Amino acid sequence: MRALLALCLCGVLSVPATAAQIDLTVEIPSLDVSEYHRPYVAIWIERPDNSVAANLAAWYQQKDTNEGAGTKWLADLRQWWRRSGREQSFPIDGVTGATRPVGQHKVSFSSGKAPLGDLPPGSYRLVVEAAREVGGRELLTIPFEWPPQASQHLSAQGKNELGALALDLVP
Amino acid sequence: MKSALKWAVLGLAAVLPLSVQAHKAWILPSQTVLSKAGWITVDAAVSNDLFYFNHVPLRVEGLIITGPDGAAVEAQNSHTGKYRTTFDVDLSKDGTYRIATVNSGLFANWVDEKGERKRWRGSPETFAKEVPANAKELKVTQSSGRIETFVTLGKPNETALKPSGQGLELVPVTHPNDLFAGEAATFALQIDGKPAADLEIEIVPGGSRYRDRQDEIKVKTDAQGRFSVTWPQAGMYWLEASLSDSHASLPQASERRASYVATFEVLPQ
Repeated sequence: MRALLALCLCGVLSVPATAAQIDLTVEIPSLDVSEYHRPYVAIWIERPDNSVAANLAAWYQQKDTNEGAGTKWLADLRQWWRRSGREQSFPIDGVTGATRPVGQHKVSFSSGKAPLGDLPPGSYRLVVEAAREVGGRELLTIPFEWPPQASQHLSAQGKNELGALALDLVP
Repeated sequence: MKSALKWAVLGLAAVLPLSVQAHKAWILPSQTVLSKAGWITVDAAVSNDLFYFNHVPLRVEGLIITGPDGAAVEAQNSHTGKYRTTFDVDLSKDGTYRIATVNSGLFANWVDEKGERKRWRGSPETFAKEVPANAKELKVTQSSGRIETFVTLGKPNETALKPSGQGLELVPVTHPNDLFAGEAATFALQIDGKPAADLEIEIVPGGSRYRDRQDEIKVKTDAQGRFSVTWPQAGMYWLEASLSDSHASLPQASERRASYVATFEVLPQ
């Protein structure tokens, strides 16, 4: 009887932890500039003390060229580089990928699975940082509570290097 | 009177490269935070404005580049022009590099048998040979100076930052390649391995050619030699401290002079 109760409790507790999901849409805006390069973008989740809870994505030029692409300009994502990037070796499995073109890019992350993993309950910030060669840099944050009690839609709006940011939390 | 003044000026000139001065000496790296192994280039100059080469090049005979593993790294393509010295450094290992010029020596002046004042500059090894044992009014000053900067490839580390225990040195509490606008950084100064207490430090932001004031930040070290500075904005900064006292470590010397200069990059948030 006691064992059965424990089993039930265990089942109830673990359900939200495995099911919760983060759906994120990042807009890379179209820019009227003479020399355009796709931005480098880093997406991560940080704790209130700025420490990194999870690296979700890092989009950068994957090929080395004689213009020095590859990891050379990753430090331009300067907050991410400071908080996490410089601790990593590249590529990071399931996190790093190619740069994205202008448009809306939807990415989803499930709790319990890499790269999100198991976030302990608490307050977090989603951070998106973009840096563009011969262009600018922009950083957006969206605070959120984890795990979500109900479906939640949060957003932020970039001004220069990022467009609309939509964060959907699904329990 | 005239003669005394002349000698006073000459005496000052002798210690100038290592002490408080109107001109500012500096070493400026092309970047301080790197995410991929490769080259940096470095300018070294003595100038009025920060960081513009408009006076004389910095002589880098005493250049010591320490790699993240503590081993020496050789400067490449070194060149000294009219206004600046430049050299390249190949950063091949992850971690923090310290790029420093270190000078030390002894200065002496005395009156010889003919009543003429003599000046001498050398090392403890040459002192006995070159300074007569019966020199009258002998005054010996021990001098040391360090001018340096820091560059990090990948994750910062502390190996190259270990103090040598000689001269005036900076001991980081905050890593020198982890400086951000609006945040406080804490460092300690040591003199010959001991806390340099109650020492004045001057910090001047770069870009001084394009403003009316130096905008210097003055701070003082505490009893442990520590001090903190909150960087008002992003940019390159020049830090200078010097001391002069009677605690020379060499038996020949009665006076100790030491100076320290560092260049720091402070990044925007």
